[in-house]
Amino acid sequence: MGSGKFGNRERAVAPHDGHQPMSNEHTIKTISGMANVNTTVLGADEIILNMGPQHPSTHGVLRVKLKLDGERVAGSECIIGYLHRGVEKIAEHRSYQQFAPYVDRMDYVAAVSNGLGYCEAVEKLLGTEAPPRARVVRTILTELQRIASHLLWLGTHALDIGALTPVFYCFREREEILKIFEKYCGARLTTHAFRIGGLQYETYDGFEEDTKRFCNDFAHKIDEYETLLTENRIWVGRTKGVGILNAADAIALGVTGPVLRASGVKWDLRRAQPYAAYDQYEFEIPTRETGDTYDRYVVRMEEMRQSRRICLQAVENIPTGPIMARIGKVLKPPPGEVYHSIEAPKGELGYYIVSDGTTQPYRVRVRPPSFINLQAFDKMAKGSLIADVVAIIGTIDIVLGEVDR
Amino acid sequence: MVQRLKARFGDAFREASLDRKQAIVLIAVEQLRELSRYCRDEEKFDMLVDLTAVDWPKREKRFDVVLNLYSFAKNERLRLKAHAGETEPAPSVCEIWPAANWMERECYDMFGIVFEGHPDLKRILLPEEWQGHPLRKDYDILKQDTDWVRENLGIESGQ
Repeated sequence: MGSGKFGNRERAVAPHDGHQPMSNEHTIKTISGMANVNTTVLGADEIILNMGPQHPSTHGVLRVKLKLDGERVAGSECIIGYLHRGVEKIAEHRSYQQFAPYVDRMDYVAAVSNGLGYCEAVEKLLGTEAPPRARVVRTILTELQRIASHLLWLGTHALDIGALTPVFYCFREREEILKIFEKYCGARLTTHAFRIGGLQYETYDGFEEDTKRFCNDFAHKIDEYETLLTENRIWVGRTKGVGILNAADAIALGVTGPVLRASGVKWDLRRAQPYAAYDQYEFEIPTRETGDTYDRYVVRMEEMRQSRRICLQAVENIPTGPIMARIGKVLKPPPGEVYHSIEAPKGELGYYIVSDGTTQPYRVRVRPPSFINLQAFDKMAKGSLIADVVAIIGTIDIVLGEVDR
Repeated sequence: MVQRLKARFGDAFREASLDRKQAIVLIAVEQLRELSRYCRDEEKFDMLVDLTAVDWPKREKRFDVVLNLYSFAKNERLRLKAHAGETEPAPSVCEIWPAANWMERECYDMFGIVFEGHPDLKRILLPEEWQGHPLRKDYDILKQDTDWVRENLGIESGQ
């Protein structure tokens, strides 16, 4: 477990400057990181355990302070910000186009989705729309990205719980998707695939075939993962009834995406407020009732199947025509503001952009799904076993680049 | 809805407008919590999607506190706004939507807006001892808390 050397939050708590007795007020200030986890009032059997930021199962630099009563979690607090780069501040000092590559670095395992949200938000601000061909290609790439993101989640989540095999299978299929991205725009992770107003690149020769081949092969690959996990006794034992979040709590905590749907709320922005070309395709919104880790697993598995379905429908009929809307080289949106959000793999990804009529945004606020979903961790972890904490962190599906921005 | 809000909040209700077809309601900051409660209970805006702020340093009350709401029943969005001064606290909406907890902490961290009634208002992304609020317009992009960086990271500059 990490010793938390970063920042003197820890050092202030340690009694090394003990020559001066700490006043009560001082104590409260320096350990204010523990307000939920009150260290001054610990029960006889309670201990504080620090987990992360360097811990393989926290999916990055997440640090969690756990108050334990025996093996049960009595309280928790997430300490974040280790990966804070000030993305929103940078946005105010770049032109609209220059900022586009930065959004890829937030949720870096779903860069295409980030780019789609940003480009569409700026297009809305400009009062324009991408041409139909661009919107369909965007839809295909974003759905492939959703599959890639879910695959990475599935592999690492299973790995956390102790299932070693799925990660190899998942990365094998994810690689195929990354190859399509690479052929399309030259990059695999931080793709910068879209431009404000449409696309920069035409699809390459064989894009449709590659997508179709992947989708056709992928159908039985999902079945393969399911034979490894869905009825696996250990998997079921480690995930059923773990980290339950009911629908009312989920909505009150602003939780979105697969986590919300696993709690029984049938809500997906692709259907509720369609963007790109989603209004043209048929797909189901998978939901479950209990809202435990197993349900979230089932929902995401089914979502991959639906994404595959959308890709196949879209790739059959990509309209011809221009890929770029007629917008100037210099973008000066009229003063005003816009909020636009998309259904990213992790939940609602929103951009709130304020324009003052110049070439640079006055303010860009990113509504990060990981950050807000992570807030529900405390609710989900309370009362569970310490061994289930890694399962609960994994099931929320966070990317720290997006939590900290 | 504008009529209902006007009748209920009187002078505190400042204006309602549409920008890019999105509805915005501006209210006096003291009434922000009341309006939030009203929106949740009476108008069915059950989810707080986002809470953030915008800095307009030249204005008398420099901050916009911005709440983006969503209603599952109506499939509609609504944006609430209130102007807050630099030293003037804004009411916390944590008791209405627990989701506001971290978002208000982030606003406090980045802008220095104090949310009155927040259960545990402290920095969230930056270290607790950091001086300054980076998303304010008068905080230069290259600026940093050099003392903190020197003391904790043992280097002269984080740039």
